[in-house]
Amino acid sequence: MDFRKVDSIIGQHGNRESEVISILQDIQQEKNYLAKEVLEHVAEKMTIPLARVYRIATFYNVFSLKPRGRHLINVCLGTACHVRGGERILEKLERDLKVVRGETTKNQRFTLETVHCLGCCSLGPVMVVDGKTFGRLNQNTVGKLLRDFD
Amino acid sequence: MKIRTSQDFQRIREKGLKRLYPKRVRVKVGMATCGISTGAAEVYDALREEVNKEKLDIVVGQTGCIGFCQQEPIVDIQEFGKPRVLYGEMTPKKAVQLVSGWFDGEVRPKWALCRFDEERNILTGDLYAHISNGVPKKMEKIPRYHEIPFYREQVKIALRNCGFIDPESIEEYVAIGGYRSLWHILSNMKPEEVIEEVKRSGLRGRGGGGFPTGVKWELCRKAKGDVRYVICNADEGDPGAYMDRSVLEGDPHSVLEGMVIGAYAIGAHEGYIYVRDEYPLAVQKLRAALNRAEEYGLVGQDILGTGFDFSIKINKGGGAFVCGESTALMASLEGNVGEPRAKHIHTVESGLWEKPSNLNNVETWANIPVIIARGSDWFAKIGTERSKGTKVFSLVGKVSNTGLVEVPMGITLREIVYDIGGGIPGGRRFKAVQTGGPSGGCIPESLLDLPVDFDRLTEVGSMMGSGGMIVMDEANCMVDVAKYFINFLRDESCGKCTSCREGTQRMYEILDDITEGRGKRGDIERLEELGWVVRETSLCALGGTAPNPVLSTIKYFRDEYEAHIEEKRCPAGVCKALIQYTIDPELCTACGRCRKDCPSDAISGAKKVPHTIDQEKCIKCGMCIEACKFDAVTVQ
Repeated sequence: MDFRKVDSIIGQHGNRESEVISILQDIQQEKNYLAKEVLEHVAEKMTIPLARVYRIATFYNVFSLKPRGRHLINVCLGTACHVRGGERILEKLERDLKVVRGETTKNQRFTLETVHCLGCCSLGPVMVVDGKTFGRLNQNTVGKLLRDFD
Repeated sequence: MKIRTSQDFQRIREKGLKRLYPKRVRVKVGMATCGISTGAAEVYDALREEVNKEKLDIVVGQTGCIGFCQQEPIVDIQEFGKPRVLYGEMTPKKAVQLVSGWFDGEVRPKWALCRFDEERNILTGDLYAHISNGVPKKMEKIPRYHEIPFYREQVKIALRNCGFIDPESIEEYVAIGGYRSLWHILSNMKPEEVIEEVKRSGLRGRGGGGFPTGVKWELCRKAKGDVRYVICNADEGDPGAYMDRSVLEGDPHSVLEGMVIGAYAIGAHEGYIYVRDEYPLAVQKLRAALNRAEEYGLVGQDILGTGFDFSIKINKGGGAFVCGESTALMASLEGNVGEPRAKHIHTVESGLWEKPSNLNNVETWANIPVIIARGSDWFAKIGTERSKGTKVFSLVGKVSNTGLVEVPMGITLREIVYDIGGGIPGGRRFKAVQTGGPSGGCIPESLLDLPVDFDRLTEVGSMMGSGGMIVMDEANCMVDVAKYFINFLRDESCGKCTSCREGTQRMYEILDDITEGRGKRGDIERLEELGWVVRETSLCALGGTAPNPVLSTIKYFRDEYEAHIEEKRCPAGVCKALIQYTIDPELCTACGRCRKDCPSDAISGAKKVPHTIDQEKCIKCGMCIEACKFDAVTVQ
């Protein structure tokens, strides 16, 4: 695996131990997920125990240790979305994509994840696909929305 | 260019004023996340295109969220000398029609939400008049800003600039009185005097704890040590609350200014903003604002030429709810997992890297410049005896007007839900309002006349929290809501304390059993007992308040729990294991829509034959209810 990009990210953060969360965030942004080799490399390069890197990578919800699909769907399960049927939107996507939350479709097209609140509470139920927010969803509209992502 | 003199300041102000109140027509689109998610970007692009194509003498700009999210996308038109008008539920087509007809005098009152004949600047107290020659006849029908129910009771302090200025323009922020408070304290006040002013204002932390801000600052200033930190908690984790996002996206400079004032008072030279990763737009706006503030010498070395240094770093959170807790947040800033620690030594004495650290949340920081500008006496006149000022609530859920509302403390829940929120849509009955996020509780109808302040909400078993206010109607099951919160908390428990880690898990299992029809007699009492243990034996506020949603729903809605356990019935028709979908043959028109949409082929019927649902096949997804135009599908 090519670690040049990873090294340059570590360098940008001055190789400081306190920056390890930001470093992992930047690496994930670049590589789409955190591979085992990447975590090992970060630990070695920064001379911090692998156990600590692994602990951070598994503690925070933003990190994924599995490859994600081409498009990332985040269904909001915040309170306001919940009382307006957010769970149903998620179930509909699970049925349509034939995955359960947290999984990636076989063709690597979508990864279906959930988030506790996107702060669009007035427009619930809400989801985000590749950073684009969609509000006022219902089961019918959500099925059609995904056609635009190939 | 660094600002050094009052002339420098004045130049920027004038530049901003020209942008804010140009002598032509200015159109602004609300481009916060809520606006964008309903199509504001498309509206903005369409407007730009139309203006360029038709060579219209109109400036198209952007602004933050003006709070009335229900009406997004919102477009705001201001013609020099005439009232400023807000238009709701815009589409690219409607927006283009609006600007193309504008110079022919087509103001389209039917699309308008309200108009501003003048605007009160909360920082200076001045009134800026938009109208020079009375209100044009065609605009008379449009209600004024303070006449429409949604805005009538609102007093905007923290949200003063959201939806008014372009968040990316520091000039506009300065034009409206921004950074004047910072200028004032650096040139005229001693740090102790600033602290005294904030103490006298009675401001209490808006992030949930409600600790007096000035007292916190004083403790931090007096703590032993030469290095101190000032931190902004922008890890708005409470699901259902989003005022911090709105402030960061719509008025980031107000937070930066507040922080620099705080740093001066406390004697800190380094600051951090810990912002949620789930808010990419807020991070972007905040970064842009920080860069501009640094360019102008308002943050960084030798601020305003006074010799005071204060730098700010932005850190993105990792999506862990517990990191909203101060000690966990600081652990995360240090590059560790966000586990809280015991607070026998407070963070104001030993916080980030064991140095005295002062942490306040976004809304608290945004209040500071106004308190300095208007004085503590002015601020302390707003609100109740022990809760001063205003509070921003996110009024969401089953309420007609959803959005962010900023109201004086002491207003009743009824006024918020019914007067501002316009009550429950669809003719349904109000059931409860949930305040305080996962640490709060559900408040029933009988307590709707409760004045909202820190202490009164705690008295009834809920709390102010960060200001989420989720309204629920008769179609929401309170056991399901309790299960929802406990599920959230067991997921977000950091796992350090056994009672929280295992207690929330066990409470979830019991609630899951109840909603799945496996509830047993004694479950309610077991939940109460477990709740007590979790509350009393967990280290931090997450565990300490985790049982609140369960205990408050048991207290006020015990009958719903009993219906689930004793009668295996979900009165609200939510818990799947306890309900059945049926089609009323009287109402069914045999249109076939539900049959087509049903994902499990559970619906049968033919032309002119009322449809029926096969209970064996039905997965209770609710598609048929969505599909039916005749309300023929019922839940029992």
